[in-house]
Amino acid sequence: MTSLTIHSAGPAMSVQDLGRSGLLDAGISRGGAADRLAIFEGAALLRQSPELPVIEMMGMGGAFSVNTDCRIALTGAPMRAVADGQELTWNASHLLSAGTRLSIGGCRMGSYGYLHLGGGVDGPRALGSAATHLSAGIGKVLAAGDTLPIGPDGGQGTGELLAQDDRFEGGTIRIVASFQTALFSEQEQARFAATHFKRDARANRMGVRLTPPEGGFAPPDGRNVLSEVIMPGDIQITGDGTPFVLMSECQTIGGYPRIGTVLPCDLPRVAQTPAGGSLRFAFVSLEEAVALERAEAARRKDLRSQLRPLIRDPHRMSNLLSYNLISGMIAGDEFE
Amino acid sequence: MSRAQSDFPRVMPAGVTGLLVSFDSTLSEPGNRAALAFRAAVVAEAWDGVEEVSSSLVSVLLRFDPLHISHAELSSRLTRLLATRRWYEAALPAGRRFWRVPTVFGTKAAPQLEEAAAAAGLSVAEAIASLSQARVRVETIGFAPGQPYLGELPEAWDIPRQSQLTDRVPEGALVVAIRQLVLFSVSTPTGWRHVGQTAIKLFQPEAADPFVLRAGDEVQFFQTTPEALQNMRRDPLGGATSERIRP
Repeated sequence: MTSLTIHSAGPAMSVQDLGRSGLLDAGISRGGAADRLAIFEGAALLRQSPELPVIEMMGMGGAFSVNTDCRIALTGAPMRAVADGQELTWNASHLLSAGTRLSIGGCRMGSYGYLHLGGGVDGPRALGSAATHLSAGIGKVLAAGDTLPIGPDGGQGTGELLAQDDRFEGGTIRIVASFQTALFSEQEQARFAATHFKRDARANRMGVRLTPPEGGFAPPDGRNVLSEVIMPGDIQITGDGTPFVLMSECQTIGGYPRIGTVLPCDLPRVAQTPAGGSLRFAFVSLEEAVALERAEAARRKDLRSQLRPLIRDPHRMSNLLSYNLISGMIAGDEFE
Repeated sequence: MSRAQSDFPRVMPAGVTGLLVSFDSTLSEPGNRAALAFRAAVVAEAWDGVEEVSSSLVSVLLRFDPLHISHAELSSRLTRLLATRRWYEAALPAGRRFWRVPTVFGTKAAPQLEEAAAAAGLSVAEAIASLSQARVRVETIGFAPGQPYLGELPEAWDIPRQSQLTDRVPEGALVVAIRQLVLFSVSTPTGWRHVGQTAIKLFQPEAADPFVLRAGDEVQFFQTTPEALQNMRRDPLGGATSERIRP
């Protein structure tokens, strides 16, 4: 059986997938990858199902090896990855040979990098998913010495690349008004939309804290608001006026009022904004939001057709003569 | 009652992928009853495109795929369903249970009892009597796995949350605010005041049924000593017992 051994691990590395659906009534949020788009990109690169579990690396990667040759893909926040003395292109698929040490460093930009394996991580599942959900006490962070089973790889082909988008450096986040937005005065809503926030260093899979340059956004009587259901993307204003964008591992009910909700298609950008990165929020109508989601769903569905062969730079190839230059250019399953 | 009949029930967007049916602006017994019954009714409809239905204190959330069914269409189906019954008088869910949960009130184990009693205008003895005699209903499960919001407490307990968060309360902590109790299933920061401590494990991921409590169940927190509670820690239910409530 194929397995992956972890020789060293950053502080917040975990197995993730698209999370658990249908457990809100049991108090469990969806969880799953902080950057869901990265899951779909990895699945496209390996031409496999996006349901297969992957390894999420927050801020920092680790060192890995596999016991049999294994297809891998690297997505999300670009990190320096080296195997066998060669630097591996990010947002691309590669073949990792048995016994070769793959070393992944810190983020060059962004916050969450992903290591995908052909066949996926075949780890323990709880409540219908393999996703580690730390705030619910499901699973654990990965650590040096852990060995993870890898599922059978039904696919083939490596050496493909997806163009990287610009979601790793902050920017403008589209939001819609939600059922508590009216608790905030129109002036406060306008001030919120005009503010340039910094992503605070305090951010994790539960929420991302935002620092406004001046004054918070407390609504009147915030301490007596009826506790209401929360979904990832809600922007909660805590008692001291600090906004938090609630992320995949958020609580399911909360008493702090929410000024708006991030569009699902913009949540990866929030997740990936690095500490100190700048974020702004723009209200869009519900109709506009649905149209943007429709466009994103189409783009996500089309990812495989965006794959390009990974062209190796001869200057970085120490063993040029050992390469089979033709097979490196073939996508793998052109007939799909 | 604060519920103005003209304003509720109300259907409102919750983000891009949700609709919230709200039955009241504050917690109320009829509003909670309506939410529990309406949730069951929406589940029974099994509408295409609806991915999840859950109830909170006095509301029901539908999470759906807006690329599959539009907000307008789902909204009008909800409005039609709302008109079919008197939801505020609906029966409570079947199969409810009554739980008795051993609890240490105050002491080092629950250090904010005095402060909470003072906020409620009660002596510590009165506060313990009031909290331990109340038979409260699980209004919803949420925040953390298997974690109940319980109510409603007598009016004296209409105290606000703290303006600053308590850094951390342990698993099994019983906390109070706004005429409700929350019994924590995880260790977490909170704005509610820590008045009691139990040994019940509300979420048991390895068990066949990982969640102990269900919305509609009733709970009483009877007083025990720190020593007795320590002995009950071997039991995953922390000494709690339950019986069925006959309809």
